[in-house]
Amino acid sequence: MPSIYPLARTCNGYAQYIPRSIVRPRQLSYPSRPMSTPEQARIDPVDEEPEPVTKEELMPLYRQMLAIRRLEEASAKAYSQGKIGGFLHLVIGQEAVCVGAIATIGQDDYVVATYREHGHAYAKGIPARPILAELFGKKTGLVKGLGGSMHLFDKETNFLGGHGIVGGHVPIGAGAAFKAKYRGEKRVTLCFFGEGASTIGGFSEGVALTALWKLPMVLICENNLYSMGTPLYRSLAVEDVSMRALSHGMARDRFDGDDVIKVKRRIAVAVERARETNEPTLVEVRTYRFRGHSMSDPGLYRTKDEVAEWKRRDPIRHSRQRLVEDCGVGEEELKELENEVKAEIADAVRFAEDSPPADEYFPYVIKE
Amino acid sequence: MPIISMREALNQAMNEEMERDPDVFLMGEEVGYYNGAYKVSQGLLQTFSERRVIDAPIAEMGFAGIGVGAAMVGLRPIIEFMTFNFSLVAIDQIVNNAAKIYQMSAGQFCVPIVFRGPGGPAVQVAAQHSQSLESFYANVPGLKVVMPATAYDSKGLLKTAIRDDNPVVFIESETLYGVTSEVPEEEYLIPMGKGDIKREGQHVTLVAWSKMVHTCLDAAGELATMDIEAEVVDPRSLRPLDNEIITDSVRKTGRCVIVEVGWPHCGFGAEIAFQVQRDCLDHLDAPVERVTSDDVPMPYALNLENEVQPQVKDVVAAVKRVLYLE
Ligand SMILES: Cc1ncc(C[n+]2csc(CCOP(=O)(O)OP(=O)(O)O)c2C)c(N)n1
Ligand SMILES: [Mg+2]
Repeated sequence: MPSIYPLARTCNGYAQYIPRSIVRPRQLSYPSRPMSTPEQARIDPVDEEPEPVTKEELMPLYRQMLAIRRLEEASAKAYSQGKIGGFLHLVIGQEAVCVGAIATIGQDDYVVATYREHGHAYAKGIPARPILAELFGKKTGLVKGLGGSMHLFDKETNFLGGHGIVGGHVPIGAGAAFKAKYRGEKRVTLCFFGEGASTIGGFSEGVALTALWKLPMVLICENNLYSMGTPLYRSLAVEDVSMRALSHGMARDRFDGDDVIKVKRRIAVAVERARETNEPTLVEVRTYRFRGHSMSDPGLYRTKDEVAEWKRRDPIRHSRQRLVEDCGVGEEELKELENEVKAEIADAVRFAEDSPPADEYFPYVIKE
Repeated sequence: MPIISMREALNQAMNEEMERDPDVFLMGEEVGYYNGAYKVSQGLLQTFSERRVIDAPIAEMGFAGIGVGAAMVGLRPIIEFMTFNFSLVAIDQIVNNAAKIYQMSAGQFCVPIVFRGPGGPAVQVAAQHSQSLESFYANVPGLKVVMPATAYDSKGLLKTAIRDDNPVVFIESETLYGVTSEVPEEEYLIPMGKGDIKREGQHVTLVAWSKMVHTCLDAAGELATMDIEAEVVDPRSLRPLDNEIITDSVRKTGRCVIVEVGWPHCGFGAEIAFQVQRDCLDHLDAPVERVTSDDVPMPYALNLENEVQPQVKDVVAAVKRVLYLE
């Protein structure tokens, strides 16, 4: 019998437990979208000319993306060895978004992110050593083993977390932006969140106040098409998250996040707008996580074909190709850089492993 | 010494602290042009302009969170809840963000913010607008919880709260805004975690905060006519709690009645009772008693509303029980 219930195929034996009422049958006349497909994510014309780029611009971004991927691969390995515990959400596949976006701001600018924030932290300038040591729960960790994977904070680079409550950090980002405006500083705040956050109150209220008070913030929705196991069409009545900006009279943008240069150029416009006019922007970047929601999720609600198609669009491979084809970088130079990155992460893993365990939690409850 | 109301005392505290520190600002619904739903922020907009007295739309989670974010990066927000009942839609910001960021960031980011507004039972506004939430907040490490009972305490404690580097939940009794007391013209601060003996006595210790301090003072007056001298101890802040002032008093009197206007189950008085039995067992001449509101959502009708809450007669009866007079 052909399945008219789209999820029945994809839920790995649990299909029978899904109440039929929540599944949208295909016979209905409005467009049925049984699964988010790569095609749907193409907002820009597929044959759009890529932004011209130089080696000087792309090399450092490529390096960052690669380091983030290697760092996360190393964490995945350590997790499976039991050296990292709890929830571990990897950004693998989405690296171009955090790297491209954060490349548009400086050290004084603020970044607020979700629990899927290793890449954002690294891109903001936090070294691999304290990040990995934190994941390992060590004393030398960025936050001394108190926060773990989901709560990276760094005062020096103005990295404001690392937040585990979906959408709850959007008002915090607005608060940082409020302070910049209050003091007349030309600092911009980048606030990252998943498309799943766009249905919760923290997001709605954060966006409403940011727009009302014209706070210098760029809200960046990393739309990876799923919130945990729930695809877009089952969580959003309108899948275009950027349209939320319209009801607040806020600027918006929406594009694919495969090309780190494109991300950088498009976010730069929003950052400039925030810096010069305090006008916020809601930007939706379509992207894809290659792995499950967290390490405990095998991601069986997606087809192999879908994942394979997105892996073909791997932002890191994409950048490497451009370095070779458009910037004339030789294999040797790339290999050298890749080895350097490998060594950096290997060193960070060693550092994390050799560090002493976390040892105190009382001093940081109340500030005396 | 001038005699002023709690409302004026709170207003003076904010005025002085905003004068003193340009990073202090007030944000909340109707705090500016409307002068505050309870007129606590009267005149502040004229003095400090829209930049620092900010009328927020109805988005408690949003503006409480903006306060938390602004505090993380160096400002000192005062977030006014029109009433603390509405803090419940912002509780994620208070409990998950304000209270935890200092710890989660291993001390890198502190959150110097005051969440303030009226709380506790009001008059005839029924269940959703009339409840005591201090026990919720006092349960959370990382928060400080203050509940003043007099104009004098309100001013000194609010000034301290604004200067504190930690998130402070500052709950003003909705029914006490008009209560007056002497408040000096010179500046003064009252530390948190320091209780106050509101009336001295040797026969029984009454522990109460906020509105119930006044109920206990009335009860103590009545008890005095029966030659029972009750000591009324007001901890003023529930977190940190001045355990010492309570236990010192109980060691002296040997009897303890804890009076709170909140619900009995898991109410803050249960925590005090535990601490008293742990620290004063050898001095106690009777089991610790509690007087609380009835375990129900607040009814609307005035007679029922009064019946739900601890009255002077309930306190007197509890005192007689611990003195074995009944
Ligand atoms: C308020 C809240 N509800 C539920 C969760 C559990 N949860 C964590 S991540 C997540 C999915 C979020 O999806 P999305 O916002 O798209 O971000 P992504 O994980 O895809 O990056 C859920 C339901 C949570 N952390 N917070
Ligand atoms: Mg998502």
